[in-house]
Amino acid sequence: MAMFNLTVNGRRQTVDVDPATPLLYVLNDDLELRGPKFGCGLGQCGACTVIVKGRAVRSCMTPVNTVGGAEITTLEGLGTPEKPHPIQQAFIDEQAVQCGYCMSGVILTAKAFLDQNPRATDAQLQQALSNVLCRCGVNVRMMKAIRRYATQGVRA
Amino acid sequence: MTRLTPEAALSRREFIARSGALIVTFGAAAAAGRLGLAPGTAAAQGINGNPATQLDAWIAIGADGRVTAYTGKCELGQGLFTAQTQLVAEELGVPIDRVTLIMCDTDRTPDQGTTSGAQSHPANFNQANLALAGATAREALVQMASTRLGVPAEQLVARDGAVQVTGDATRRVSYGELVGGRTFNLPLSRQARRKHPSTWTVLGTPVQRLDIPAMVTGRYEYAQDVRVPGMRHGRVVRPPSPGATLASVDEASVRDLPGNVRVVTRKNWVGVVADKPFQAIQAAQRLKVQWNPAPALPAQASWYDYMRSRPTRETFTTNSGDVDANLKSAARIMRSTYLYPYQMHGSLGTSAAVADVRQDRATIWSSSQAVWPLRNTVATVLGMKPDQVRIQFRLGPGCYGVNQADSVSYDAAILSQADGRPVRVQLSRQDEMAWENYGLAFVIDQQVGLDAGNTIVAWDYIGWSPAKGGRPGGNNPGNVVSGNVAGYQIQGFAPRSPAPAPSGDFDNGNNVASSYVTGCVGSMCGGTGVVKSERFLSKVIESPFFTGPLRSPNRLQNTFAHESFLDEIAASVKADPVEYRLRHLRDPRLREVVTAAAKAANWDTRPSPRPGGRRNGVATGRGIACVLYEGDNGYCATVAEVTVDQDTGVVQVRRFVSALDCGPISNPDGVRNQMEGGLIQGISRTVREEVRWDATRVQSVDWRSYPPFYLHDQLPVIESVLINRADVPATGAGETTVTVAAAAIGNAIFDATGVRLRQVPFTPERIKEALGTRNSTA
Ligand code: FES
Ligand code: FES
Repeated sequence: MAMFNLTVNGRRQTVDVDPATPLLYVLNDDLELRGPKFGCGLGQCGACTVIVKGRAVRSCMTPVNTVGGAEITTLEGLGTPEKPHPIQQAFIDEQAVQCGYCMSGVILTAKAFLDQNPRATDAQLQQALSNVLCRCGVNVRMMKAIRRYATQGVRA
Repeated sequence: MTRLTPEAALSRREFIARSGALIVTFGAAAAAGRLGLAPGTAAAQGINGNPATQLDAWIAIGADGRVTAYTGKCELGQGLFTAQTQLVAEELGVPIDRVTLIMCDTDRTPDQGTTSGAQSHPANFNQANLALAGATAREALVQMASTRLGVPAEQLVARDGAVQVTGDATRRVSYGELVGGRTFNLPLSRQARRKHPSTWTVLGTPVQRLDIPAMVTGRYEYAQDVRVPGMRHGRVVRPPSPGATLASVDEASVRDLPGNVRVVTRKNWVGVVADKPFQAIQAAQRLKVQWNPAPALPAQASWYDYMRSRPTRETFTTNSGDVDANLKSAARIMRSTYLYPYQMHGSLGTSAAVADVRQDRATIWSSSQAVWPLRNTVATVLGMKPDQVRIQFRLGPGCYGVNQADSVSYDAAILSQADGRPVRVQLSRQDEMAWENYGLAFVIDQQVGLDAGNTIVAWDYIGWSPAKGGRPGGNNPGNVVSGNVAGYQIQGFAPRSPAPAPSGDFDNGNNVASSYVTGCVGSMCGGTGVVKSERFLSKVIESPFFTGPLRSPNRLQNTFAHESFLDEIAASVKADPVEYRLRHLRDPRLREVVTAAAKAANWDTRPSPRPGGRRNGVATGRGIACVLYEGDNGYCATVAEVTVDQDTGVVQVRRFVSALDCGPISNPDGVRNQMEGGLIQGISRTVREEVRWDATRVQSVDWRSYPPFYLHDQLPVIESVLINRADVPATGAGETTVTVAAAAIGNAIFDATGVRLRQVPFTPERIKEALGTRNSTA
């Protein structure tokens, strides 16, 4: 066990865990966050995605001791049900959800990419969503929601 | 006048306990049969449970006028939470934000058995259960107001949480004043009049889902998120192959690990529990376990022949007795065989549950779709009585049938009982995939006789499918892996051949019979078609793997075979696929969805394949398929347009046009979302998904060895046509489009290339092989 200082959604938090623990378990169990989810633990689905230093990162494959003091943003760090982030609002507007378990992978991967590539083409966007999985098959609505956000030009 | 009694805190539970004591329900046998289970579990499965008949079990009105409704049909990601809230708001005449819906808690809500098989709308949106409760409550409130205001009930209207005199909004009395905080103490009234769909203002409108804001902002509590004080973390160690038994466990192998590791065994069940999840994972990996090997699995290369060679349990859906004679005298006979693989539910998240097992009481948080059967079976596992166990449903990742939500609930219960503390278990991806209850593989032999005018005169079907376990039912947890390895028997398999003559009503719950036959049993005909000479024989064999209902169980596989075969027949007689379908369909609603889908797709009327197609490069084609889901539960037709790259064998669906008639529509946007999801799943299952195994174990254990349709994959355009009918009962909608997708895609590939694919999935290798055969025989 060892102590780590993490900055998650703007708050500094200290945890005492095995240094090899995947970040996902720390976020879920030590910090009781619900956004990032265990899907595969293998980097194949995206359900565990968080944003670290502006990039979408799969927290199931990221040992906690490799994160350092970097700013970590989870799905709950973007907005709240009362005041959703524009990309979250786009998913509400398009009703682009069924079970919702894939949300971290879809929303955070798209957001991180569009923040860095605001003028991305549809093909580039689709490429950026490589190995992001939604088993409920909401793909069509999700792409609509992401495009709606992209064309708003609103980046928070 | 209604007499009100003061609310007693326990009254709801007490009478639910009483009314829920009898589990056997009428119609349960048919329901279990539809789930592909051997008879015997039928009564205990009770798909719709034994819901309460007292109004107070369903609806309560607080002193502040807020409405609380209780339902036993659960949100599974299909939007049912919102649709049921709309229903209650509509029937009671209150704004939607004044309704609180409590879902699927065995201590609080009516026993509605299992949420599955697109049965939730039929159960709760017709003249019964939740809808009837809403109507009963509204009529009771109007009666009370009539007495209070001294105005005849006919001159009153229930609106906006109050009863008022029609045309005089100043003379009103609110629900809170009428019953607030007390019970109705009334039975559900069979005579209660539901609001007519033409007057709906909340139901039938595209209300946004109430749960989505919490989901997109990471606030929603899934089963995977449940945390209780003092909770520890468990992990299971499953056998290395189906049938392997436990030889020994070396507890010393994990003694030096951190986290207060405890090892628990029970028969062939092995698990560990530790303070933190990562500690439990490491302990499970480190634990030295010896297993006695199991006999080899049947070779996958000859799997479909193996299926034909096994002892069978046989059932006729219909048998007119004259099929052999009519085939003999037919002008021409056509035959084809269709093959369908085992497929997975493959939920995006692995199953998880939390169990808090005390001396005389246990609580389980679970995403099982079968909340009441789970309560009974957890009680069996723990040696308790069902009323000592409380199941609190929490949504899990989309499940589409029976993933390991039930199984992991037993895992957590066993560990919590042994550890004396609450325990959370979430499975590994490998354990989820290797041991879930797969959707059924099928071998289907089809044969028809045609007359001189190319009309079908006889239809002959034999379908083989494997079964092992299923939804845990009755008091038997052995139908899923954890219960089985813990020592409970799998639902027995009893061969039966020949099949007895069909009796009772025509039951096409598995869509065993095609849409084109009359479906006669005795003098009653329940089919949708015109072909009178019909024989549909199902042969169930024992499966080497656990099986269970996977979205559109059996209905999908049978529909793939029927709708592909009909297309083959149409092509061989050079008929247009739509025209040839209509020639053999008599049901007006099924005919209408076929016509509507074709019209919306701008269907190009001509026989398949498309004339003048090229032999290389990219070919395009269109295909159609239709179904009356479960024989009586939703009409759907879908047109698929595809491109086939004849050099690489890659097929891409460019466009789907689906027409659906599911009676009065509760929420059109919700229905569209379900239709779209079913079609995308349909692509994934049709072109990619197949469970693979070797001699000892399942090899499909992650998303590389079981490749799915990803967000980076090429998407089709999807158009949905909804046929809204006010004056018929509500039917299912959620499983219709996935049922027809495979056939529509296969028929479109044939139209594009002239190649008929009779085995799912349509992988590039299979398509190239078929194209190679076409080119060499041309
Ligand atoms: S859980 Fe991390 S990629 Fe699947
Ligand atoms: S909405 Fe269920 S996995 Fe995407």
